[in-house]
Amino acid sequence: MKNIDAYTHLRGESIYLDDIPLIHGTLFGASFGSPVAHGIIRHLDISEAAALPGVVRIFTYKDITGENQIGGIVPDEPLIADHEVHFCGMPVAFVVADSVDAARAAVKKIKVTIDPLPVITDSREAQQLGELIIPPRTFQLGDTANSWQHCTHIFEGRADTNGQEHLYIETQGAYAVPQEHNAIKIYSSTQGPTAVQRAVSRVLGLPMHLVEVEVNRLGGGFGGKEDQANTWAALCALAAHHLKRPVKYSLHRMEDMAMTGKRHPYSADFKIGLNAELKIIAYEATFYQNAGAAADLSPAVMERTLFHCTNTYFIPNVKATAYSCRTHLPPNTAFRGFGGPQGMFMIESAIAKAAEALGVEAAVIQEKNLLQTGDEFPYGQIAQSEAPDCWHKATALYDVAAMRKEVNAFNAANKWHKKGLACMPICFGISFTKTLMNQARSLVHVYTDGSVGITTGAVEMGQGVNTKILQVAAQVFSIQPEKIRIHTTNTFKIANTSPSAASATADLNGKATLMACTAIVERLKKMVAEEMKVDAQSVTLQDEYVWVNKQKTDIDWKSLVMTGHIKRIGLSEHAHYATPEIHFDAAKEKGHPFAYHVYGTALVSVTVDCIRGTYTVDSVKVVHDFGASMNTAVDLGQIEGGIVQGIGWMTMEEVVYDANGRLRSNALSTYKVPDIYSVPKEIAIDFLQTPHDNLAIFRSKAVGEPPLMYGIGAYFALRNAVRAFNKTGQFAFDAPMTPEKVLMALYATQKEGIIESHEETTNHLAVDK
Amino acid sequence: MIKFILNNKNIATSLPAGMVLLDFVRYHQHLTGTKVGCNEGDCGACTMLVGELKNNKLQYHALTSCLTPLGNVHGKHVVTVEGLNMEALNPIQQAMYDESATQCGFCTPGFVVSLAGFCLSGKPATTQNAIAHIDGNICRCTGYKSIERAAAKVAALMQNRQSTEPTTFVSANHILPAWFADIKQRLYSLHTELNGQLHSTTATEWVGGGTDVYVQKHDVMKEANIRFLFDEERLKGIKQEGNRCIMGASATVTELSESPVMQQYFPRLADHIKLVSSTPIRNIATIGGNLINASPIGDLTIFLLTLDAMLVFSNGEQRREIPLSELYKGYKTLDKQPDEHLELISFELPGNNTFFHFEKVSKRTNLDIASVNSAICITLQGDTIQAVRISAGGVAPVPKLLQETNAFLKGKAVNESTIKAAIAIAQTEITPISDARGTADYKRLLLGQLIKAHFMTIAESALR
Repeated sequence: MKNIDAYTHLRGESIYLDDIPLIHGTLFGASFGSPVAHGIIRHLDISEAAALPGVVRIFTYKDITGENQIGGIVPDEPLIADHEVHFCGMPVAFVVADSVDAARAAVKKIKVTIDPLPVITDSREAQQLGELIIPPRTFQLGDTANSWQHCTHIFEGRADTNGQEHLYIETQGAYAVPQEHNAIKIYSSTQGPTAVQRAVSRVLGLPMHLVEVEVNRLGGGFGGKEDQANTWAALCALAAHHLKRPVKYSLHRMEDMAMTGKRHPYSADFKIGLNAELKIIAYEATFYQNAGAAADLSPAVMERTLFHCTNTYFIPNVKATAYSCRTHLPPNTAFRGFGGPQGMFMIESAIAKAAEALGVEAAVIQEKNLLQTGDEFPYGQIAQSEAPDCWHKATALYDVAAMRKEVNAFNAANKWHKKGLACMPICFGISFTKTLMNQARSLVHVYTDGSVGITTGAVEMGQGVNTKILQVAAQVFSIQPEKIRIHTTNTFKIANTSPSAASATADLNGKATLMACTAIVERLKKMVAEEMKVDAQSVTLQDEYVWVNKQKTDIDWKSLVMTGHIKRIGLSEHAHYATPEIHFDAAKEKGHPFAYHVYGTALVSVTVDCIRGTYTVDSVKVVHDFGASMNTAVDLGQIEGGIVQGIGWMTMEEVVYDANGRLRSNALSTYKVPDIYSVPKEIAIDFLQTPHDNLAIFRSKAVGEPPLMYGIGAYFALRNAVRAFNKTGQFAFDAPMTPEKVLMALYATQKEGIIESHEETTNHLAVDK
Repeated sequence: MIKFILNNKNIATSLPAGMVLLDFVRYHQHLTGTKVGCNEGDCGACTMLVGELKNNKLQYHALTSCLTPLGNVHGKHVVTVEGLNMEALNPIQQAMYDESATQCGFCTPGFVVSLAGFCLSGKPATTQNAIAHIDGNICRCTGYKSIERAAAKVAALMQNRQSTEPTTFVSANHILPAWFADIKQRLYSLHTELNGQLHSTTATEWVGGGTDVYVQKHDVMKEANIRFLFDEERLKGIKQEGNRCIMGASATVTELSESPVMQQYFPRLADHIKLVSSTPIRNIATIGGNLINASPIGDLTIFLLTLDAMLVFSNGEQRREIPLSELYKGYKTLDKQPDEHLELISFELPGNNTFFHFEKVSKRTNLDIASVNSAICITLQGDTIQAVRISAGGVAPVPKLLQETNAFLKGKAVNESTIKAAIAIAQTEITPISDARGTADYKRLLLGQLIKAHFMTIAESALR
């Protein structure tokens, strides 16, 4: 089944935030962000801006009727700066005017005097100064301290990954419409309608039942609209609440890029020990997460880094510590993978370092250490592992030996072009790591004409969750998909939702929908059974008809429903699903936090132009653990898209802040995401369909985040290609591997970071060092 | 009053001519299928098609409507996704549907419009050409593979066109709505009503394609008093006069790449131009604009510097000719009076022993601004350099002709030590800075590599 939104998407008829027909009297907002990353506000002058034609009012923190606080996990983030600013772009004032142009013109006339304070952009520096968002956490398995003596080979090193801009093509935005009794309705481009509801409720000082948040769909989210949609919704709501007029704010791309957080940059120190057979005996890692100026979701992201610090390998002795470091960058936030990719990059770097030093292929070490069913993760969960199956199927199906031979032959024959190959096995846990978030509700109405309307807590942002939910209902009711409509996500219809995140949205909301539809069906079956004096178990629904004892009756779906209504059978159901089995004890850092894990293996091959430092990704060949895919079109799309986004993070996407905390890659002209010419020439995806039972909806495993991590293979493939050209040069494990880093590495000498005849430092990137 | 046809509807508006087409269509015509993505021509979500009559032919090209003022579509046919809709999905949309080439859907109308632009382009029906037409569209969800598959299907739709006019073919074959067949006649009728209403004599702003000015000062342009240069006939065209090539300042990059003169004298032209922005930007970006915007990294500036291009400026009364190499006085500072505008660019076409090559490296190979770019024009006798001009962008406040390097190379034999010495000299005359496009160190190393690449490529050409 194709994505149910495809038809209107292709005709330009799908409605996004900026497409909602305006209510008469609508005003337009624009925020004035701090020009300085850290400092004390001495004077804010809005007089000239306020006097401009069309400007209705300029709001500051003084206008907040509730609490000036939007921090979710930790209350450390004011909506509007009061006395101190913590990052460039932090909202200091919010202009409301009768046109977008007037609002933006007024922003340019606002003047602020700020006494600057020291700016920290580097996570290690912040950690040294004790600037931590939360206390550090450590995951431990076995005993690393007493393991090193048993290791034949020990390697230490450092690895760094940069941030990543979400670059959802639809920017952030909100549209707040005042209602009677001081209530407010907010259209928001958010992955977390309840998060917006809570933030607005807090800022305005209104109970949640007066705050209605409605989401039709997003033009991309990727985590960037999980918590960070709150700001714009709260600003619009605040203005609308005061002015009793609708207020809309759809961010300009440069506002969006400058004011919102990104994927967390990480720096890490690692130590890895192997025995003579190349089994990893011990692994220690210390992670320095660059959280930015406020907690946002950083503590949860940091936790997932620890959960995935050993990727898909079993290591008997592990000690991993993570620091969430407060800097003066915009608060970094959720991004597809949610800290997992960073944890995986570090262990892959450690393995690569060992392999390079030992003169073996990294794949040899990878393969020897793959998780087996029954192995224990550092957090105590026991693996139900598909890692060996994915690995062996991928290496056999795509003939990795032949691929490697081809690469070696090419490299021997070509002086100025080199190929590189890397294997990237992955393992990703599915569930919100905060156990309480693993719950969802679905409200299903069957109307008397047989049509069905469904509302869940899921937000559609291109991942096809509504399509999957519709499939669930169509299957349970055994009716045509055309009879079912998935409605907007709305906090007045479904309360206390978890955001659409953690790859778990289809599982959670799909299961709730399954329960709701099943309850209605059971009532209708019971009615038929009583009517026909048969056992309820003998009544089934098939192809829009009632069947009794495997015989088709003349009762079709529509008449069944109408009879139900006449007999006063409830045709609506609100069901609640909570993932069973999962638990986690944060005091012990042990438990069973994930409903299941998703596995896979990718083979990534690249070609580097050794004159220019440019490169192409030739192929990404994957065997992916789908469980039993319920929608292969949607799932393939998620994998292809995830791979390319992951490659982008590892190659061309470079978030650049200067030492003053100002974003230099602040537009699409300076921040590059993959275009159609830069994607792998070939992406092959093979389905590992497994027979095991799992907690996924219809056993169709979550597919949103895991494939992003195949992209990490591109970094190591590039590294291998560079090393084929420059056999002695030393260069850091430092992603992304931009053409700059490739060229510098191609001509690096044995002393790390030194380029022949260019001996100055190469690190100009504040967050990248 | 600006008049044009929007999809199937005649428009006459007195809104400011400097307003961008995207805002007009979305917020005044309430056609919201076209999306706002980046406001600087880098994402393609706002792509529209513009059809115009040229030499009795109706020609369509895609453009980024976020950078296109209404004044530049006066008298033309503007097509948005709504104008492509038929009762059911049209075959382009159906191809994308069948290949699941849409996820969040926000970029999708832009892709559909660009693919329709391919169908209307008259280009050969290859997958490669179809993909070239979507090279300015960014999708963050799909990873493009499904879009590539859809593009192949769209190319197949056009397989049987042969010499039929594209509009006739697409309307007859129900690829696009039937009314496309009447547009040509409607544009003729529209033209008889127009008579240069846009010709401002008191203009304070001059706009060519708008691709730079609408990025740099978007907010002031809407209400500005603008002279629209894009469609001025005297500024158009690329032709050969004797051994010189003469280009109008408003000739677009697409016109340059499709010019028979350029193709004849620059055999690698297609490869070079593919590195310059994207299809919808090339369709509206003018050569003059690239020179006057004075970016230290302008691709065509670097290109033309090595060709020793001459420029003709006019203030409406007097003309003045200066070499391009003397235009730039400092960062974004030009030897140009406020009342002057660029009319013509001319240069000597390369002779038999003269080789031209262009190199550019950027974070992303396509649709990106260079970290460093460089061009070379070299005349060889055997392996001796008779004359050489190497230019470099991104290594100084202005687009740079490497005078000292060039002087050193003249008369030398091409060999490894000459090239090595030339690179060392080049290092002394450049002053790159660290910015979002790379560190100064990188740019230094890269320029040296590009000089090597020039000689390696020319050696290949010279051997042929």
